[in-house]
Amino acid sequence: MRLRISNRRLARSTAGDAAILTLLALGAIYMALPMFYAICQAFKPLNELFIFPPQFLPRHPTLSNFSDLFLLMAQSWVPVSRYLFNSLFIVGAGSAGNVILGSLCAYALAKHDFRGRQLINNLILFSLMFAGSVLVIPRYLIISYLGWINTYAALVIPAWGTTLGVFLMRNFITHMVHDSLLEAARIDGASEWYIHWKIVMPIVKPAWLTLIILNFQQLWGDQGALFIYSEELKPLPYALGQIIGGGVGRAGVAAAVSVLLMTVPITVFVINQSRIVQTMGTSGIAGE
Amino acid sequence: MKAFWLELREKRVSYLFVAPFLLVFTVFVLAPILIAMGLSFTYFNMVEPPRWVGWSNYLALFLEDDVFLIAVKNTLLFAAITGPLSYALCFIFAWLINELKPRIRAILTLLFYAPSISANAFMIWTVLFSGDAYGYINGILLYWGIIDKPIQWLVDPRWMMPIVIVVILWMSLGVSFLTFIAGLQGIDPIYYEAGAIDGIRNRWQELWYITLPMMKHHLMFGAIISITNSFAAADQIQALTGTAPTDWATWTIVQHINDYGYVRYEMGYASAMAVLLFITMVLVQRLVQRLLRRIA
Repeated sequence: MRLRISNRRLARSTAGDAAILTLLALGAIYMALPMFYAICQAFKPLNELFIFPPQFLPRHPTLSNFSDLFLLMAQSWVPVSRYLFNSLFIVGAGSAGNVILGSLCAYALAKHDFRGRQLINNLILFSLMFAGSVLVIPRYLIISYLGWINTYAALVIPAWGTTLGVFLMRNFITHMVHDSLLEAARIDGASEWYIHWKIVMPIVKPAWLTLIILNFQQLWGDQGALFIYSEELKPLPYALGQIIGGGVGRAGVAAAVSVLLMTVPITVFVINQSRIVQTMGTSGIAGE
Repeated sequence: MKAFWLELREKRVSYLFVAPFLLVFTVFVLAPILIAMGLSFTYFNMVEPPRWVGWSNYLALFLEDDVFLIAVKNTLLFAAITGPLSYALCFIFAWLINELKPRIRAILTLLFYAPSISANAFMIWTVLFSGDAYGYINGILLYWGIIDKPIQWLVDPRWMMPIVIVVILWMSLGVSFLTFIAGLQGIDPIYYEAGAIDGIRNRWQELWYITLPMMKHHLMFGAIISITNSFAAADQIQALTGTAPTDWATWTIVQHINDYGYVRYEMGYASAMAVLLFITMVLVQRLVQRLLRRIA
């Protein structure tokens, strides 16, 4: 069997094809089986979760884990809709701010010439080199100094300063927006503000959609446990975590929670896959 | 000075555009680095004002804190294994997927990328590797008679680190992976045709002489992201093996930082660790970049 390659069929051997297919199949099993098992668990009744020998597929698939979850959520004294609102608000405000502030900065860095530009570029690249987790302590101190503990701001505003998005966006603008277009707009008397929102942003739509998705994935999983202690401000994953913290009897419900939580980012990714891939295409770092 | 103001006035639009982002970036990324450096020379418990203690935090780390030394060893070992492996997996799978038809390619991309974005889905591994007979792996091994009593996968120090590595690798096909997929798709097929005419005989030569050089910039970016992630894993490890793992077998520096910061409120001591980790990360990044550039 030979692989059909879209529009080129050069330099391919059958042995190589076989090796590649085997490798891919092994990889796919490693990646997919645990995910599939997680989904199966959510549809098993409690007695099948604790059975020997363990079964991979549910024998009597049931939705009872989901209905139990909704029952438990209905009993919570803060309505679940409030947790959901918190999550959506944090994700929405966090992404929107990062896109607005980040895109303005990225446009200036990509197309304007001013003193300090190189310094800012270097700082942004530098910030990709270490993980945010080494900064948690001083960040916590700053947020508490600003009086943002137990407010949405503690989760939303730091997200505005995320550099990965600005980095991707700057590269994308540099590659995709032609200087001649900007020159033409300037000659017609357009302000930089107008150019940014009406010319640049429509062209780089894949880039800011990617930004929203990266933010979404970052913020959606964030339980915010360090900063939020009021029950009515907690995001959904935190609340769901509390529900499934109830021990072995909640194992089925916990599986249902996992499935619910993973559905959202995966759906968002599926809808935007081609745009994300387009944006990542310009994500390279020049080798100077 | 006058020239500075003139420049500022003339380019004010540019500066206004970068200012809001730069403000947030400074407050939440740059300032924390400086604050951590400052606090690392103090004793600070968030109740009393910081007290200057000189190098004693750093000395205590290396002379008195055995758990820190274990955490250093674990972090370096973990980063040295997961960093390169996850980088290689990201590239190999992206490269393999790229040979397929667009529709299958999209499905496999999703399949490989999904674990990295699926919130707490990785917790399924605690069910697979659960220490009782109901854990899937134990159950199967017992049923087949390969073992006669369940293995405590996530409690036995011999198994903890390997399993944590398997799980973290599983969820590590993230941004780098997408970058490579995109980079591969961006290579104009004309280069491969030209290569074939110039005598490229098989896909390995194609990979070495055309694909890798064409993707140099993507490979650089992917390396940075992979290294950063390999040093940062902490929350997931803690979720897998608990807050006080057996013999500290999977205890990493970030976990030690969080322990001293948020549990014991020794912010100065925690900051000293953060500064050391920060410096290590940046040095490793520089080193790897230099290495990659030399190869390229």
